[in-house]
Amino acid sequence: MIDLILNLAPAWALEHAAPLLIMVPLVLAPILAVVPSGRIAWIMSIAATVGSLLLAIVLLGLVQTTPGNVLSYAVGGWRPPLGIELRVDSLNAMILLMISAIAVLASIFSWPTVNAEIPVRKRPLFYSAFLICFAGLAGVAITGDAFNLFVFLEISSISTYVLVALGAGRDRRALPAAFNYLIMGTIGATFYVIGVGFLFAATGTLNMAEMATMLPELSGNRSIHAGFAFIIVGLGLKAAMWPLHQWLPNAYAYSPSFVTMFLSATATKVALYALIRFLFTVFRPDFAFEQASFMFLLAPLAMAAMVICSFQACFQTDVRRVLAYSSVAQVGYMLLGVSIGTTIGLSAGLLHMFNHAMIKGALFMAVAGVVLTYQGTHVRDFAGLGRSAPWTMTGFAIAALSLIGVPLTAGFQSKLQLGYALFDHGWWWAVAVVVFSSILAVIYMGRILEAIFFQPPLNPRKHRKEAPILLLVPLWVLALANIYFGIAAGFPIGLARDAAAAAFGVEAFR
Amino acid sequence: MLEFVLERANYWAIIGLMMIGLYITFAAENMIKRLVGISVFQTSVCLFYITLGKVAGATAPILFGPDIEGHHGGGHAPATGDDAHGAGEHASTGLDAALTAAGATEPAELVNTYSNVLPHVLILTAIVVGVATLSVGLALIVRIRESYGTIEADEVREIDMQTATAQELEADKNLSEAGA
Amino acid sequence: MTPELLITLIMIVPLIIAGGIGVAGKVPNIREAVTLIGAAILFGLVVMLVMQVAGGARPELVLGEAAPGLLFAFKVEPLGALFAVVASGLWIVNSFYSIGYMRGNRERNQTRFYICFAVAIFGAMGVAMAGNLFTLFVFYEILTLSTYPLVTHKGDAAAQRGGRIYLLTLLATSIGLFLAAIMWTWALAGNSLAFVDGGLLAGANISPAVASALLVLFAFGVGKAGLMPVHFWLPNAMVAPTPVSAFLHAVAVVKAGVFTILKISMYIFGADLLASTPAREFILWTACFTIIVASLVAMTKDNLKARLAYSTVAQLAYVTAGAMLANQAGFLGGGLQIAAHAAGKMTLFMCAGAIYVATGMTNISDMRGLGRKMPIVFIAFFVAALSIIGIPPLAGGWPKYELMQGAINGGEPFVLAVLIGSSLLNIIYLLPIPILALMPPPGTPEPKPFKRAGGAPFLTVAAPVFTASLCVVIFFFAGDIANFLAPAVSGGTATSIIGAQP
Repeated sequence: MIDLILNLAPAWALEHAAPLLIMVPLVLAPILAVVPSGRIAWIMSIAATVGSLLLAIVLLGLVQTTPGNVLSYAVGGWRPPLGIELRVDSLNAMILLMISAIAVLASIFSWPTVNAEIPVRKRPLFYSAFLICFAGLAGVAITGDAFNLFVFLEISSISTYVLVALGAGRDRRALPAAFNYLIMGTIGATFYVIGVGFLFAATGTLNMAEMATMLPELSGNRSIHAGFAFIIVGLGLKAAMWPLHQWLPNAYAYSPSFVTMFLSATATKVALYALIRFLFTVFRPDFAFEQASFMFLLAPLAMAAMVICSFQACFQTDVRRVLAYSSVAQVGYMLLGVSIGTTIGLSAGLLHMFNHAMIKGALFMAVAGVVLTYQGTHVRDFAGLGRSAPWTMTGFAIAALSLIGVPLTAGFQSKLQLGYALFDHGWWWAVAVVVFSSILAVIYMGRILEAIFFQPPLNPRKHRKEAPILLLVPLWVLALANIYFGIAAGFPIGLARDAAAAAFGVEAFR
Repeated sequence: MLEFVLERANYWAIIGLMMIGLYITFAAENMIKRLVGISVFQTSVCLFYITLGKVAGATAPILFGPDIEGHHGGGHAPATGDDAHGAGEHASTGLDAALTAAGATEPAELVNTYSNVLPHVLILTAIVVGVATLSVGLALIVRIRESYGTIEADEVREIDMQTATAQELEADKNLSEAGA
Repeated sequence: MTPELLITLIMIVPLIIAGGIGVAGKVPNIREAVTLIGAAILFGLVVMLVMQVAGGARPELVLGEAAPGLLFAFKVEPLGALFAVVASGLWIVNSFYSIGYMRGNRERNQTRFYICFAVAIFGAMGVAMAGNLFTLFVFYEILTLSTYPLVTHKGDAAAQRGGRIYLLTLLATSIGLFLAAIMWTWALAGNSLAFVDGGLLAGANISPAVASALLVLFAFGVGKAGLMPVHFWLPNAMVAPTPVSAFLHAVAVVKAGVFTILKISMYIFGADLLASTPAREFILWTACFTIIVASLVAMTKDNLKARLAYSTVAQLAYVTAGAMLANQAGFLGGGLQIAAHAAGKMTLFMCAGAIYVATGMTNISDMRGLGRKMPIVFIAFFVAALSIIGIPPLAGGWPKYELMQGAINGGEPFVLAVLIGSSLLNIIYLLPIPILALMPPPGTPEPKPFKRAGGAPFLTVAAPVFTASLCVVIFFFAGDIANFLAPAVSGGTATSIIGAQP
């Protein structure tokens, strides 16, 4: 598959794949804004995301075949330490593949929900904002420049605020949710910039690779420590690291279905990627202060997220809020993997990131289907849906089982890897927390599944009301991917291991 | 002691502004005020970057006097060059020198001392980002005011709570009716 | 047929059956024919495989890699083959019985019921033939999930509550403790989960504390084994229709649990490491405690199925106790108990079901004198009860004998006392039921008339009679079973243990 695309790709695409990946959606976005019809905008956004996906595959192939496994692209011809560098290695090739694949599925799935939730004349603008958001996320993943990362982060964030606020057509609570997200997101981004400022003051460069080479000599420097702290807080806010996640539940619960689905599968993941990039590539896990922060900051916060947010999820009555709190808890799993500080741990965290994108994507798609047909997201609205919408709900159930971590699903693989990494590092007590949180997941997902399959419908509905086919296809693609990657997890695990090795700068790890 | 404090006057001001901005953001219930706080916070970061770029005794980073002759207008080449690659190669030596000066030592080739140009450029971008955020925020406030009739965060929360309770009651009523 | 092909077929046939049932769901007769023919074919295949295993073959089949180092692998050894033959053989009987029961009771959703049964057998076969812990765990969970709809089959509030407890307990223990133990094993054994003769961890350098913690995680993580205090799902699962209860207790679920415990003791720990693990004693005591306390609780239950459920908790703790004795006789006793208890408990449950279909009675106190009306059922019950108690010439005698032998060899004389006490308690809580039914004390009022015209359907009577006769047959073939198991329980060395045999 990868080889085929590599062979078919024209020479210019191979050479400029990295910038094109961002430019395609970014250039199309303003064009979409003036397109008169929502349908054309939809098709164009599918085209843009498919193009980005192909380019992401090309990049992955190039990274795997290039000696050294790093692609560097100097934007505008300005050479790296000075100019902005787009730097692709196995880590961000994986992230790019993940977000662009999700973006393709999301844009295919978007039409029925956009049709139902967004006013006609706003649809082209909606797609325009979506493409900008996607371009921003891809930019964060691809850039090798610390300040450029901030710019892309804000490009994606600002368009996200707009997208979330568009949920006001269905529920006006989307507006305060978007406003809170804006305040929190801006604070996070600004913290990040302050941190980068400290690093810049100490090293005199903004290029991440350059910083990484200079930092070991400066590891005792106070401004490095301060910068480290600011960056962790800033990116942690964007990644919904507990307890900086307060913006997330409302933003997920009230934004348009499509936005929820897309954000849950990509936005926090990309912020987490940026965090990993700083923790492992720019700083080194062997710095004493970083070790301490793993042990006394990240790991406890991750475990707190896993337990507390799973508990909160158990008591929510709105399915979208259940899933939102569960997202925060799942970010905890990823952070726990990261905070182990070993390659195995990091690859377990990355694998869970990959799997969780598929899981939450599928879950929110199914919920979108219910919103579309029954206009409700309360748990009791789901009662008896197993009979009236079997295809949608079976997809939901597969993803839910994967979230719980039932064998033969992708979620099981990531838990297995995480548990192994924890035992390998001697953190058996953390395994107990993982296990406890999994049991809570059984409870909060089991509650919904029981309503779906074992409770009689609230108002007996005569007709089968399945979600539209455009929604079912991406949903089932993700659901089947959950099963496929649960049975044969070689591909994502290989990606995650390469990515972890790249993050550490270790080439001989396989 | 006094010298220590005064030498870092810029930083004290920045820290002060930062704290004020953050405090307003968290403490104010009025949404406009929260945006004001965010703006103050962001501006303090801009000041922080500018302060970092200042080199003692240096002037604004525009080449003048003997430096222009010495470098064959190297600094201008990328701006005018159509072929980005060629221009980049050509200009790289001069720029390297100029920009590595950002953090540490003064380059030997330049006669005049310039402040670091990079933070200025960065902050230009950051200001644009800040303005964009501010405008989106203000637009959101307008919409909130339209649909809630208030821009006080606590009142909005109150209204939301009331709506949620009312919805819950209605749903329960429907449920009991269906049961009956 | 090559053994690999046989394994593949054994795994595929239940799925084909499930599909066939689904397709033929509209026509009950064809649907039932699919179940029965499929069950017969499956049993035939398993028997062919057992023949090859008895000939010394240890067929293996690797399906693929789920993740680097995690193989989907099957490997058939005598213990697994025994479990497979017990499960697939009793499935035929159970299917006949289910048909009679479900039709007699006019249950709803019969198609779903039979599909879930077939999937559950698929899970049981996978557990039996798993070549490593990972594969075993996967099928263990399939078994859990596929039996949940069976337990809640009635669909009323009580069934849902029971089903929820069933699912939550089994999932929580398996994900919570069992999975953690698997991950730990994986880390300790250097990225391997394979079942190795003599024990996967035997050569690893493991401190007694770690081995103890691991053993405790396994023993309680395998919730299906019903070791106290994780036994309570079993009585709660009693809300299920009787064929399901029979299936849970005798054929697959609890059996899969104790089988897993045996398998872990033999192939993950190995007798030597197990014997030197301090927590072994603790688990042994827990098993003995379970045997006695569950028997005592059984005495207090008037509901027949509840009494049988606690009896199962007690009887299957024998297997755990046998595993924890960590010697040949102990393992052998555990293996024999799997087969012997299957026949006995299956009979008891099917009798209970026959009584329920015919009269609607569930309480023991109502059954006095009922034996006059249903003599065959109660005679079968009597035979099975004797077998459970362990009276020769019935199947239950041998496992008890072997376990006692193991207790003496292992220097654990108190186990001896526990086993004897358990037999006495069995007499007290099981025997009065058929005796009072067949020979009611004078003055007992006539039992109520049959609820269903004609009494119990033929199939629900024939099936328990057949399994009751199996109890007798197994007694005489115990030596063969022991010889069959010998290579497995002696840790891979083919020493003859016939000396300690009948």
